[in-house]
Amino acid sequence: MSQGFFSRGFRGRRQTGEESARLPPGQYLEHGFPVLSAGPTPHTALSTWDFSIQGQVDQPKRWSWDEFQTLPRETVTKDIHCVTKWSKLDTHWAGVSLDTLLGQVQYTASYMIAFCDGGYTTNLPLQEVLGGLAWVVDTYDDQPLPPQHGGPVRLLVPHLYFWKSAKWVRGLRLVEKDEPGFWESLGYHNHGDPWKEERYWGD
Amino acid sequence: MENKLDGNAVGGILQEIFPFEMTRVQATCKGCGTTDAIGALAVYMHGMGAVVRCPSCDQVLIRVAQSKGRYWLDMQGVRVLQINTGETALPD
Amino acid sequence: MGRLSWQLGEVVAAQKETARASSVRLAVPNWPGHRAGQHVDVRLTAEDGYQAERSYSIASPPEEPGVTLTIERLDDGEVSPYLVDELRVGDKLELRGPIGGYFVWEASMGGPLLLVAGGSGMVPLMAMLRHRAAVGSVVPTRLLYSSRSEADVIYHDELARLGKRNTQLEVVYTLTRVSPPGWTGYHRRVDTEMLQEVTWLPEQRPLIFICGPTPFVETAAASLVALGHDPVRIKTERFGPTGEA
Repeated sequence: MSQGFFSRGFRGRRQTGEESARLPPGQYLEHGFPVLSAGPTPHTALSTWDFSIQGQVDQPKRWSWDEFQTLPRETVTKDIHCVTKWSKLDTHWAGVSLDTLLGQVQYTASYMIAFCDGGYTTNLPLQEVLGGLAWVVDTYDDQPLPPQHGGPVRLLVPHLYFWKSAKWVRGLRLVEKDEPGFWESLGYHNHGDPWKEERYWGD
Repeated sequence: MENKLDGNAVGGILQEIFPFEMTRVQATCKGCGTTDAIGALAVYMHGMGAVVRCPSCDQVLIRVAQSKGRYWLDMQGVRVLQINTGETALPD
Repeated sequence: MGRLSWQLGEVVAAQKETARASSVRLAVPNWPGHRAGQHVDVRLTAEDGYQAERSYSIASPPEEPGVTLTIERLDDGEVSPYLVDELRVGDKLELRGPIGGYFVWEASMGGPLLLVAGGSGMVPLMAMLRHRAAVGSVVPTRLLYSSRSEADVIYHDELARLGKRNTQLEVVYTLTRVSPPGWTGYHRRVDTEMLQEVTWLPEQRPLIFICGPTPFVETAAASLVALGHDPVRIKTERFGPTGEA
């Protein structure tokens, strides 16, 4: 309805003149850090928390919080892009690269499904998370990752839309055949490259 | 703070899909068997879509998103809906 | 009933209510009518196609033609500043509704009635009170309205007039930040003790409507359940995690 209708004088909270080459098409610059949740914030005690790699692996691998803290860590500064059109530049994280984690298991799979406290899932081809493309992070802006932003640990895959950076991640299930996750099965693009505006199924 | 709202918040999009006033429709949770009016369910809603959960057990009952002229509606978590088509002013 | 779709309403009047809140009256062609407590979804579209959508409760009763919305401007809001500061008579506004048959009160539903409002949560409850007055209902009604200060009380004069009309309506205020000199009313956040003093006994089975910011609603609902009220008789409308009341 109302083809071509627009609200006189409405611009939303986006700023003018801050468009830069760093913003993918259709995105605007956000200085805050919006919290989008599909459910209640989980609160898992670190004493019971673990991260595991399961599925098509020779041997499932599990790390407790203490074990996870002994893994080689990296700090990364990345731009992030949400499919709801906000982008935040130079976000600062620390955690463990998926290269490190996956390097500790033997597998023959091609895809992974990240699974999380609260039931959220997202799917990724393994080639999209290896080679310095993805991390499991527990620190944001030099502070422990707050629960509303996915703490204690979330996935970070900044080259894709931010719904792929699953909050409250607890592990990866490796599979031979791709399985659409929570949003991918509800009309969102299976891949999600912001530079190609792969927002929705069929884009 | 979470973006949790009452079932009224999802009434608009559900009534684009179904030709009924949806917040008084009764939904039975597949997880715990509790039956509630959709208006009494917990709705997590933001720019990607709406996730409707059981207030008793947090199980997802309904997920709905809209993109490119298509509604995507997942009701796997609903065992059954009761839709009263009569126009009544009385509470169910 | 039928499916909802987006319609264009036209602003026919706009009026400031408080420093932060304004009411906007809309003429909506083919408006099917609504019930007190219902809301509309409002959608704004920028020239480049960017859209933002929010829900607003209808402030006008079913007995009045058209749709009046009362909007409180949120400091970091995206839609409310436009509706309060920019929208003018003659502008068009896209809306979808009326929505929500669950959070609705009509005089035929009886009472006693307890309305608990936090800040702009007063809007749908005002529609209920206006409807109640329009049909001459004497259903025993108590309103507990929490605001930051007297200046933030929306519909202050109208509530005073309604309260004086001897129709079994009692209006109780609590001010949470600033109270005027000589204030003898409550001046703290709504809590179980206050609700117990204001509400009916559970045995009287009041119909209860609570509306306002999410933390306010959750505290009030939990308190009323703890006081023994049947959860089935309590209906809530959370407005989201915005501010205090």
